Amino acid sequence: MPLLDVRNLRVEFPTRRGTLVAVDDVSFSIEPGEVLGVVGESGAGKSITGAAIIRLIEPPGRIAAGEVRLDGRRIDNLPPERMRAVRGREIGAVFQDPLTTLNPLYTVGRQLAETMQTHLGIGAREARARAVRWLEEVGIPAAAERIDAYPHQFSGGMRQRVVIALALCAEPKLIIADEPTTALDVSIQAQVIALLKRLCRDHGTAVMLITHDMGVIAETADRVAVMYAGRIAEIGPVREVVKHPRHPYTEGLMGSIPPLTHRVRRLAQIEGAMPRLTEIPRGCAFHPRCPRAFERCRQERPELMATDGPNRAACWLHEARSPNDALGHAA
Amino acid sequence: MPPDASQGPFAEALVEVEDLARDFDVSRPWLFRVLNGEPRRIVRAVAGVSFTIPRGTTLALVGESGCGKTTVARLVVGLYRPTRGRIRFDGTDMTALPRGEAGRAIRRRINMIFQDPYASLNPRWRVRDIIAEPLRVFGVLEDERAIAERVADLLRHVRLSPKDGEKFPHEFSGGQRQRISIARALSATPDFLVCDEPTSALDVSVQAQILNLMKDLQEELGLTYLFISHNLAVVRQMSDRIGVMYLGRIVELAPTGVLFEAPRHPYTRMLFDAIPDLELTGRQRTPVGGEVPSPIAPPPGCAFHPRCPFAGARCRGEIPRLRVEGETLVACHAVEEGRLSA
Repeated sequence: MPLLDVRNLRVEFPTRRGTLVAVDDVSFSIEPGEVLGVVGESGAGKSITGAAIIRLIEPPGRIAAGEVRLDGRRIDNLPPERMRAVRGREIGAVFQDPLTTLNPLYTVGRQLAETMQTHLGIGAREARARAVRWLEEVGIPAAAERIDAYPHQFSGGMRQRVVIALALCAEPKLIIADEPTTALDVSIQAQVIALLKRLCRDHGTAVMLITHDMGVIAETADRVAVMYAGRIAEIGPVREVVKHPRHPYTEGLMGSIPPLTHRVRRLAQIEGAMPRLTEIPRGCAFHPRCPRAFERCRQERPELMATDGPNRAACWLHEARSPNDALGHAA
Repeated sequence: MPPDASQGPFAEALVEVEDLARDFDVSRPWLFRVLNGEPRRIVRAVAGVSFTIPRGTTLALVGESGCGKTTVARLVVGLYRPTRGRIRFDGTDMTALPRGEAGRAIRRRINMIFQDPYASLNPRWRVRDIIAEPLRVFGVLEDERAIAERVADLLRHVRLSPKDGEKFPHEFSGGQRQRISIARALSATPDFLVCDEPTSALDVSVQAQILNLMKDLQEELGLTYLFISHNLAVVRQMSDRIGVMYLGRIVELAPTGVLFEAPRHPYTRMLFDAIPDLELTGRQRTPVGGEVPSPIAPPPGCAFHPRCPFAGARCRGEIPRLRVEGETLVACHAVEEGRLSA
């Protein structure tokens, strides 16, 4: 049984000019201990998917349809106070900006201890001792002294380490990490990713890693879901998605990443930009930018379907009746 | 001035920067300092940087936040005055630029593209007025019809439609706004553009569009770029030479290919090691410990020594100078003493 099972999730934002569908019929699952990367450009709906799972969508946004199951139990319809117990205890969260996660008025030790007292039901003395151990585990030097420091007394990289400790200290089964390293410099980013990977492996924690950085995903994730305009365009093992993308959007996305190993004369580019949520075209949302689009793409929306590999892609090219045989990834 | 590896006998330098430095006073208020016996606090954002950029080429400056790369960019375009040092543009000393017409004629030839296309365009102006502003400021064109023609031409140059001139910035996506910024930067026909993280705020597919456009324009118009970025992969695609900055200094400067084939400075090597690997070689990254120290109280000697696995006694006491090593300029005692394998 998967640890997290998301079925047909739909998130809507009612506005004066009509309803915006930010996440549209998204389904995926995460196995215990697995790292699922969710990648996409701004506005693809990846962060909102993460926020919907832990029910932290800003009103008037709402889950309009679908089910979210954790360990087989539905959590999308739990009353708010029961959901609060799930957040933190069963699902931890790491966001991009550690300053919004940490309370500036409490010492980091108090925040860690309080989290553990609330969720694990341990005493204050025990919680404080564990807080020191957690700070040590995430690599804060002189943890015993710095436990009484306030968040502003830490650097950005150190704060993100504290946030990771905070997310893991209640021993959740799943961490939702939304752009956890985007605000950090590359050398610090490497430290934080290595830390997140090691801790989740040691504690058997599954991770939903949301980022726009394909490099981070390639290094960290077991599987990856590529999102475009509120839907999953492609999902599969990370190596397959990176090396043999089956969806033309994934292919374009991978081609537009500047390579580090050599110089290219021109970067592959996808013409145009992702449509705004107000003007998502009918048919496949990618068809106006797709070099391989044909008539059916303009009319009918493709669901995720099997390809010739382990990836599934929402693309008519992979339909048995499609005019083109398959994507030209043989080369 | 240290020698510059790029300067063959025929390379004509458009931009020459010599021992450029800029301090910022970040002291607390006077009364607070007196009451608490605190000294003044000075950030040495740029602490003596020298480079030249041959005409028609791109020099990139890379480094992590706080290394001073943006300050260098702002000094070069004249948004900050240097504390020390000289900037020569096409032979003219920019730090002693005459007022009035003569100074304007030089300044017209330099323009800048900023990182955030949401903050760098006036939201109350129509795009055509944004793009025409340098034309009017520098008095390049007076006739309104000529200006309109030039604006339409610029919009086509950056692959937008002349009709877009009537719109306001909020009607455009981030990538389109950055095209508008480029059109504005180009409108007074400069030959030198300072680009401060021009694609860092953009999605990767849009970044590719802008980088391709910038390359095309360079070829078409013979532009010279100073390209500031933290992204080594982007810099690899865009630049002829790269300067790696750390805490206000250039620690390594080399032709792009040479730098990537044979990085010399331990900091450059650490940066390369830290980049996530898309090739899926299964390589385990070796995260280097420590963080960039504060530029208010930089470590003595080589600023990188607290994080450097090769640091010795000399590194802790003496600031290394840039020295020629083949085609590379590198500031490292360990490299000089041969303690680092090539």
